[in-house]
Amino acid sequence: MLTRNLFRRPRIKLEDAGEIDAHLPEIPEELYTACPVCKAMSAADELRRNASVCPKCGHHFRISARRRVELFCDEGSFGEMWATLHGENPIGFEGYEKKLAHAREQSGEIEAVITGECRIDGEPACAFFMEPSFMMASMGTAVGEKITRLFEYAMEKRLPVVGFCASGGARMQEGILSLMQMAKTTGAIKRHSDAGNLFIAVLTDPTTGGVMASFAMEGDIAIAEPNALIGFAGPRVIEQTIRQKLAPGFQRAEFLLEKGFVDMICDRREMKERIGALLRLHRRGAEA
Amino acid sequence: MKAYECVQASRAKGRPTALAYIAAMIDGFVEMHGDRRFGDDPAVVAGVGYLSGRPLTVVGIEKGGDTAEKVRRNFGSANPEGYRKALRQIKLAEKFHRPVLCLVDTSGAFCGVGAEERGQGEAIAENMYELMTVKTPVISIVIGEGGSGGALALAVADEVWMLEDAYYSVISPEGAASILWKDAGRAREAAESLRLTAQDLLQFGVVEKIVAAADSREKGMPRLQQALTEAFARLESLDTAALLEKRYRKFRDIGGGEA
Repeated sequence: MLTRNLFRRPRIKLEDAGEIDAHLPEIPEELYTACPVCKAMSAADELRRNASVCPKCGHHFRISARRRVELFCDEGSFGEMWATLHGENPIGFEGYEKKLAHAREQSGEIEAVITGECRIDGEPACAFFMEPSFMMASMGTAVGEKITRLFEYAMEKRLPVVGFCASGGARMQEGILSLMQMAKTTGAIKRHSDAGNLFIAVLTDPTTGGVMASFAMEGDIAIAEPNALIGFAGPRVIEQTIRQKLAPGFQRAEFLLEKGFVDMICDRREMKERIGALLRLHRRGAEA
Repeated sequence: MKAYECVQASRAKGRPTALAYIAAMIDGFVEMHGDRRFGDDPAVVAGVGYLSGRPLTVVGIEKGGDTAEKVRRNFGSANPEGYRKALRQIKLAEKFHRPVLCLVDTSGAFCGVGAEERGQGEAIAENMYELMTVKTPVISIVIGEGGSGGALALAVADEVWMLEDAYYSVISPEGAASILWKDAGRAREAAESLRLTAQDLLQFGVVEKIVAAADSREKGMPRLQQALTEAFARLESLDTAALLEKRYRKFRDIGGGEA
């Protein structure tokens, strides 16, 4: 039992391991996590204290949207909005209800994005957080609607938006309605921008497809987490198209920085301060 | 027409491509090249001409006729410079107060190494972003394949029209089938599930008008030209604020989720 747990493949919800009842006679599942890059073992609480970044090599583990709220919003400042808004099955796609139910169970979220108002390093902002364990945070109509509402609200309140992007792209099961969310969110972002408001897009692993080809690339400032996969087409699709293996590092954050498509790469452990500093630099109105 | 028949028809040999529409409807067309940043993408045709006597900007994705032409035009899969060429012409249309006609016919934006290096996603995002508020009327017609983001990059418009035997989808039926069932051969089934026909899209409020297939053939083109002329006149009668509000609402009102 012990060895088996020690060498479990890391899964997305590793950092929740601390909540498992410590009085169990066995070693709790997932108490230790192996880094997929350097293979170093980290205790769950150590990893958690380190923002789910491998203390040894700096690998950024994928983390949940709620965990990001915890990491980046000032304590108790996040007021969630449209918390019950969710997608059903707008085009009657076979098997989608089941998939949604599974995603909800797996992620503990009703949809693939959390939206709300908060303070980050003392600065007021609106923020959205995408949930990778919910159908790889694909964008369906509810995701598009929540992000659109957030930008409309932020425009009215003259607030900046900080968006933590992670997504496999559009949500196939919602068909063309899903594709249209790219245009819909873009419309709201353009209006928010034309009214002089700031949008910071944070690109996390992975940000691809229709999300990458819409709001993830529409920030005034684009910040990527180290080594995050960021691209329009997925690496497998490209390999199939060109019938060649891709070079290591292709479509990673460092590659996008080199090609000029992100402003900076920022370690998750410094992200909050960095965003705070940028928000202060872009304060609206009189004094800084 | 069944969903997969629309998909097959949209890919059929000999189907009119963007250049055929331009030849039939646009007088004195002058083609413009290049994005002024990287190069000229033959998958996108852009230029200026007259529609029923009035200047108009046309940007279209061109698949090419014969095999050599198809290869040269990358089978109508544009690279970022193609989208940027289109945007450059659209901005000029705004400057010179002429409307824009977009002709969409692509299986999708090109998925290659260079396309990623030059920001395919950024190019698509930028086109949508700018088209959302460009201060001149825009009509897009899906004349064949409406392949996902690569089509949408030229289909943020005041009105989106679609050929009755075309398709417009978030993913190709083959792509959907291989994800869903690990079997691209079940594309016919996937096409049905995706609801990608002109009728479906009209019902969803994604397209405003279905164009009869006959109107895309040489004899029928004058009817399409007439319809476009009338539609542009209608859109030009709106003041800019009303036009942009209407465009915003068109996309804003698609798919709201459940409370």
